[in-house]
Formats: sequence, structure tokens, C-alpha cells
Amino acid sequence: MSGLADAALFSTGGGAPSSSFYNVRLETFEGPLDLLLHLIRKNELDIYDIPIALITKQYLEYLSFLKELNLEVAGDFLVMASTLLQIKSRMLLPDPEPEEGEGEQEEEDPRTELVRRLLDYQRYQEAGQHLGDREVLGREVFARLAVVPELVPPADDEILELDLFELAEAFRALLAKVPASRVHEVAGTETVSMVDAINEILSLLQERDMLAFEELFLIDDRRERLVVNFLALLELCRLKLIKVLQNIAGGPIYLYPAVTAEVADGVRDADALP
Amino acid sequence: MEYAMPTPSLNAIVEAMLFVADGPMTVDRLSELLPEYDRAAIRITLQELRDGYDARHAGIHLVEVAGGWQLRTGTALMPYLTRLVKGKPPRFSPSALETLAIVAYRQPITRQEIEYLRGVDSGAVIKSLLEKRLIKIMGKKEIPGRPIIYGTTREFLEVFSLNDLKGLPTLREMQSLEEVPPFEVQEELPLKVEP
Repeated sequence: MSGLADAALFSTGGGAPSSSFYNVRLETFEGPLDLLLHLIRKNELDIYDIPIALITKQYLEYLSFLKELNLEVAGDFLVMASTLLQIKSRMLLPDPEPEEGEGEQEEEDPRTELVRRLLDYQRYQEAGQHLGDREVLGREVFARLAVVPELVPPADDEILELDLFELAEAFRALLAKVPASRVHEVAGTETVSMVDAINEILSLLQERDMLAFEELFLIDDRRERLVVNFLALLELCRLKLIKVLQNIAGGPIYLYPAVTAEVADGVRDADALP
Repeated sequence: MEYAMPTPSLNAIVEAMLFVADGPMTVDRLSELLPEYDRAAIRITLQELRDGYDARHAGIHLVEVAGGWQLRTGTALMPYLTRLVKGKPPRFSPSALETLAIVAYRQPITRQEIEYLRGVDSGAVIKSLLEKRLIKIMGKKEIPGRPIIYGTTREFLEVFSLNDLKGLPTLREMQSLEEVPPFEVQEELPLKVEP
């Protein structure tokens, strides 16, 4: 797991007291190999001749530092800790009797495997950085979006009705685009009731006769608003006030009024809605 | 002013097709659509069009990407286009990039192999790359347990502006991939390190 903190102990910046959660400089390590490479670079060590005692000590310090911060230490980091300790002890101890079948390995430096992994990892890390530096479509370079306007009501014979699963899947895809939470937002400043959402959808449909599913959620991209809009959509389906259709399976989803405007007006004024 | 041009030139036809196409157009596809034209002529036309855009420093370039040809904007225009293009540009975390690099250079590769190279659980990042269609499941490896093997997609080439896997950055340690057919089972690439 990534997302681990690197605070005063490992950073160059001025360290904050560890009691202060907010001023700790955070740096993330992708994993134990990333952390080890960081330690090797920081100490300007020769990767082919790693002083394993020093590295193990700093590595373990880092893990206990994470624990102090009450951060969960991912299992992958613990596995590496035990690997380091094992290498360290193998380097301290004289070679034991060659184990059966492994006789030819007795001469091998216990660090070899780790060094190879570190070098491999470093290579792919760099390869990844090179990929990230390329001209990325939609970031540095652009191609035609080539979206043929589809907001033409599909011919009747092509219309497919959606089942609930497809609708839920479309909603999930939409929610996935919305940031999970905004820490600084003050909750409850503005709540939108489902009645409001229903009225909004109905009045949009009155103006337009059809709505693309996504348009419903362009109004306001706060999560709770999306959820309310979606619930409103479901409620409108239940009341048979709208139809939810698409013209090709997996294609864009459209909402149509299922009843005439007058009837919808009548319902809008009713208090019967939740 | 179409009426002024009785017979459109092949250049005009190909340019128009490239303009309307929603992805890179291969020479195969173009010659399939234009059976009345010689394949070699289409190829020459593409090169002429490319040189034409380049020569007049046009806002768009004709580039070879993912085995085809596509009209794309120049990098210098990025700041202006971001004003036009809505939505966030694609962002890639370091873990996504290093995982992509591992898959790109070592495909076909299993999740276990990726995790050994990265030293961390990679289930989430693999899932996210699959969802973005940058990698795909290529089948199962014929070893006990038959683990799933992954490889990069055509979309990967398109997104990272690569014509093929040989176009991957040659790093200081990395030899050219040319001798290694990209989609065959391959051993670890001959990576050399300068001490």
C-alpha cells in the first residue's frame, strides 16, 4: 500500500513536533523498495554494497515512526523488514553447514537478491517517470473528440428500456467522477429535498422534452445532490412520470416525460410526494 | 466551395477521413475504404499531408500513433486547448506509471510478477489500469494455478503517443526492444546496469 507518511525524520524540511498532526510534511512511498531506495539515496550509499545494519536500522525507525503517527503499516513493509533482518543476521553469522541441495549458494552475498530487486525496481520507476513525461493525449496533445451529436430522439423502433441495473451502473460511473469528499466543506449549509429535485427535473423536461442522463447531474456536482437527483429520477419512474430510455444497449441514456405537461403540473403541486 | 472541385484529390479525401475519424486510421483501413486507390499512393499521401502540416507550422500535425495516423494538436498549443477542452486532463500516480511501465516492458505478466517487482500489493492499481483500458487481460499463463496475464492495450499507445511498443523510452539501462517481439512470451528483458 502506498500513502505512507514521511515526516521530520526523513524530510529535509523543518520537523514539526510529532504531537502536531497537521504540520507533518508528508511524502509517500510506493512501497518498501521505494523507501529503501530513498534511504540509499539519502545516505549516498553504494547500492552494490549496502551497509545492511544501517539500512535496517533506519528502515525499522521509519516503521516505528509510522506507528507513532498511528498510521497503519502495510504488510508489504513488514515483509521487507523481516527480509532485512534475515539478511543482517546472515551477514553476522558465519556460514552454516551448506544445506542439502543449496551447496553452491553458500558463497553468495545474502544481499544479492535484494540488490537485484532494488535495481529492477529503480528501472521500472524511471521507466514510469518517462512514460509520465510523454505527450499524453488529453493533457499535452489533443485529438478530435469526434462526438457526433446524439441528442436526436431515437426512432421509436430503436428505443430500449433500461433495467435498474444499467441505471445503477450509469449512476455509479457518474459518482466515480465526483471527488469523494471535500474536507473543508461545511456540511448542511444547503440541503436539497427530493421534491425540489423532482420539480427541477420535471421543469427541465417541460422545456426540453428530453434530457440526457448526464445533464441531470451537471446542475450541481456535489455528491449529496447527485444522490438526491438520482433518487428523484427513481421516484419519477415509480410514479410513471418519466421514461428512461436509450437507443443502443450501453449507449447514452435519455429521460422523456411519460405524461403530458398538464398532468405533470398537477402532480407537481400535490403534496403527496415524499 | 466543394462545387468548384470536380474530382477531389486523394490528399483531400484522406485528409477529410482523418479529420472525421475518431481514432488513428491505419493504412489498411484507408485502403479498405478507398479500393479505387493504390495502397502505395495512400501511404505517400499520408506522408505528404504530414510534411505539409509540419512545413506550414499548422495547428495540427499528422502523427503516427498506435499503428495508425491521427491528426493531433502540437504541444505548444496545450495552454490554449486546455481553455477549450473541458474536464480534467488524465492524471497518473507514480504507482500507476511504474505498474504500467512494468506491464509495458514485461508483458505478458502476471499480477504476482508485478507485485514481486514492485514489492507491494498491486491489486488496486491493476484494477484501475484495467478500468482505464490501459492494460488488458491477455489470457492465462500455463503454469499451476493458471494466473491471469496482462498486457498493454491500443489505448495505452494512443494515450502515451506511441506508435508501437518499440517506441517506449529507451532508458539508460534499457537496450532496444527491437529484438524482442512485444507480444510473445519473453523472459526478463536484457536490462543492463552501468555500475
